[in-house]
Amino acid sequence: MDLTLNHFLFVSGALFAIGLAGVLVRRNLLVIFMCLELMLAAANLTLVAFSRFNLVDGQPAYDAHVLLFFIITVAAAEVAVGLAIIVALFRTKETTDVTKVNTMKY
Amino acid sequence: MTFLFCLFAALALIGGIGVVVCRNPVSAAFSMILSFLGLASLFIQLDAFLVGTLQVLVYAGAIMVLFLFIIMLLDVQEEEKRRFPLISFAGAGAVVTAFLVLVILVLNRGGTAGRSLPVVAPSESGQSDVHRIGELLFGTYWFPVQIVGVLLLAATVGVVVLSKKELK
Repeated sequence: MDLTLNHFLFVSGALFAIGLAGVLVRRNLLVIFMCLELMLAAANLTLVAFSRFNLVDGQPAYDAHVLLFFIITVAAAEVAVGLAIIVALFRTKETTDVTKVNTMKY
Repeated sequence: MTFLFCLFAALALIGGIGVVVCRNPVSAAFSMILSFLGLASLFIQLDAFLVGTLQVLVYAGAIMVLFLFIIMLLDVQEEEKRRFPLISFAGAGAVVTAFLVLVILVLNRGGTAGRSLPVVAPSESGQSDVHRIGELLFGTYWFPVQIVGVLLLAATVGVVVLSKKELK
């Protein structure tokens, strides 16, 4: 059995679905954030797989790798800001449970 | 090749399931590291060496250390068992099943998705992918690199402002 694009796309789709399930089921804000990162990483796999399977002059399309470089950078910035917001939330509400964060400023 | 693919795909998926299933946030974070390592191996299997390395360094290294640090800083407790989980579990199951069915339907349509891994031609003068990506980054994509630099600066300043005791 040869490796096909389908294999990689399916793994990526399954990983995305797992992340989606985590976002819907979990209540801890930190874990929800981790599942979001999982979904982002799964989408990255799709990008790399497409670039590897669509060769340009016999080489993978390196523009996809550059795009991935940017995505990883932005994800790192996003995680830093998101975690700072979670810490600020914990300071005021003393919890990271999303079901207990049900009021705005009061 | 196929065996390694199955191994690493299983690693990534089992790690992902671990994130969703583990009620202790620290275990979830470690499952996440496992998942990212599997994913990085898949990247390397797709000849994306730089991206695979970045995935390990940035995601499994920096980002997960940040997560673990915050988990320990906040002293997050284990999630207690939910009393009426049925509705949200059923909803999540329905959404995920619908998504997976959609993925399988799209993948079964055929087209170019079914072909096997094409052979990469040896690059001229033995340039590595790091070399090529570097040329693209500081040649074609020089402006986005500057923008990303500004974005990182803005994120740093934003995090410092957010972490202050009193927002004024």
